[in-house]
Amino acid sequence: MNDEILTVVDLKKHFVVRASRGARAARRDRGDGANGTHVTVKAVDGVSFGVREGETLGLVGESGSGKSTVAYTTVGMYRPTSGAIFFRGRPLFEAGRRRPLDLRKAIQIVFQDPGSSLNPRHTVGDILTMPLRVHQRGKNRVEQVLRLLDLVDLPAEYMYKYPNTLSGGEKQIVGIARALASDPALVILDEPTSALDVSVQAKTITLLLRLQKELGLSYLFITHDLSLMRNTASRVAIMYLGRICEVADTVDFFAHPLHPYTQMLLSSIPVISEAEASLKPGKVVSAGEIPSPVDVPSGCSFRTRCPFAMEVCARMDPVMADAGSAPGHQVRCHLFPQPGRRTEGGAS
Amino acid sequence: MAGEPLLHVTDLRVEFAVFGGALKVLDGIHLDVGRGEKVGLVGETGCGKTTTMKAILRVLPSSARISSGEILFQGRPVLGMNARELSRLRGRGISMIFQDPTAALNPVFTVGEQLQAVIRHASAAAGTPLSARAAREAAVSSLREVALADPERLLGSYPVQLSGGMRQRVCIGMALATGPALLVADEPGTSLDVTIQDQILRLLQALVSERGASVILITHTLGVVRQMTDRVYVMYAGSIVETARTPELFARPAHPYTQGLLQTVPRLTGGGIATGIPGRIPDYLDPPDGCRFHPRCPHAMDVCRQRKPPAFRIGDGHLAACFLYQAGHGS
Repeated sequence: MNDEILTVVDLKKHFVVRASRGARAARRDRGDGANGTHVTVKAVDGVSFGVREGETLGLVGESGSGKSTVAYTTVGMYRPTSGAIFFRGRPLFEAGRRRPLDLRKAIQIVFQDPGSSLNPRHTVGDILTMPLRVHQRGKNRVEQVLRLLDLVDLPAEYMYKYPNTLSGGEKQIVGIARALASDPALVILDEPTSALDVSVQAKTITLLLRLQKELGLSYLFITHDLSLMRNTASRVAIMYLGRICEVADTVDFFAHPLHPYTQMLLSSIPVISEAEASLKPGKVVSAGEIPSPVDVPSGCSFRTRCPFAMEVCARMDPVMADAGSAPGHQVRCHLFPQPGRRTEGGAS
Repeated sequence: MAGEPLLHVTDLRVEFAVFGGALKVLDGIHLDVGRGEKVGLVGETGCGKTTTMKAILRVLPSSARISSGEILFQGRPVLGMNARELSRLRGRGISMIFQDPTAALNPVFTVGEQLQAVIRHASAAAGTPLSARAAREAAVSSLREVALADPERLLGSYPVQLSGGMRQRVCIGMALATGPALLVADEPGTSLDVTIQDQILRLLQALVSERGASVILITHTLGVVRQMTDRVYVMYAGSIVETARTPELFARPAHPYTQGLLQTVPRLTGGGIATGIPGRIPDYLDPPDGCRFHPRCPHAMDVCRQRKPPAFRIGDGHLAACFLYQAGHGS
């Protein structure tokens, strides 16, 4: 699709880490990989999606689902194990090459914890000047810093403040201003409000939505909060154990959640009104825990927690397929028609 | 709430000594918890929820001073208790579940050692010491109750070998093992994933109902309060600003702060995001005069800047500390 600002194709990011003694013993007991001192963590294991120009794509998942790894790979903090990412058709990773400056300028990130992502020994002015020096022409840095502060509604005197004198919400706004310093087209928001109180979250989200409109930004919004996505994203993708299990337009997604994991997530959300409670699928009650990405179950990785698990789920990993309910609604589950299912066990 | 409440707190004030003065963190807290009642204490970071509970359990840091107030637990004054009485209060009387199960468990002792230490200490404090074997059996049965598989093996595990959800189950088992009359749960699911939080909250609800224990649930997540409690106290900057039965509070929030808070919660039904409550929580070194919420309140009047509002009665068991409700109730 050519209206996509970011296209991720079959992205894999595996980490090889030293196995703990306990993990080695457990594997020895089971008789697999008996002499291996290292294990492979499949943090992201074949993820494909696109972010359209000007939209907010919500990438939702629990801890260990790989959503932050997708974010960090996209900004270039990691190189993918395999697969590709394209920015307006240009590949972000080319063998043996550093990412060109103009691509780095175009893709920026706002981190989850504003307390640890701002250098405590730099003033807000210093923090905002750094990306300006790298990415912006012009000599009058003070003027550029003031313009950034104005853009995010912070008073000019904040340029002399240190991060520890700011509230959590203000720190995150500085993080947003820093991301905007290079005039990016795509901003990755990695749980930007999960460390904040709801009233501060509301303020921060309102600011992000205004900036998106004013500057024509596209957002890849990474979060675990589905209620927040209902109100900010144009489309939602759900991740579980390094894979995407469902993608849909937001309105359709909340009206017809299809994947059993999506239904489990939705039914677990604490809500504050009857109207919301009636939207929750009551059938799928949360059970079990997310398995370790070192030991991903065979077949469909959700089957160990799925109330509808069938024999086929352990044997075959389902593929992403159109659910047929609405255009663009895709689900990766054996409960729904799988392309090529009829030829299973046949000549192919 | 027939008869005397299990816990009765009146006009509790706590100050923290800091360089340059005292932080007036709690500014006259009134709180009642009935027998078998589940009460929510909601408010945002820094409103004094945890300080309130620490004062009730008498575990405040040494820089804190309880400057006034009375705390009655089962009719007995907690503030006058000696070390021995406190030790008894903290096992059979009140026990606590903390937000972060990783920090609440000691990493160098096994689950079994910690669980048995709690059980034996509580039984000794109550004057009925248990043998090592009986304590071990009690530990196994408390792990079984929190739906942990293979409890005998788990006794020999260290906290790092467990997932976050399992650790919180251990903490719940530990808190309930002493048979407390009141359980204080401080953000019990906040550090966990939403599907695990759901499991933990449902487990907690089932175990508490089974025993008829009372609960104080401290949280900043309004959805959790709605799901778990019978009655709610809303805190802002060291005061209780509103209390009501849970369904009433969500249907008819009265205090402007409660109203603002509810509006900022993103809804599953959509409708966009409210702009939030303007301003920020006050400086405890020099809090605003009168109502501490008045600088942020859209309805602030002259009287709000001069006097601290008392609790006005709005309906059955529904109180709000706001001068908006003064008129019409004077007759």
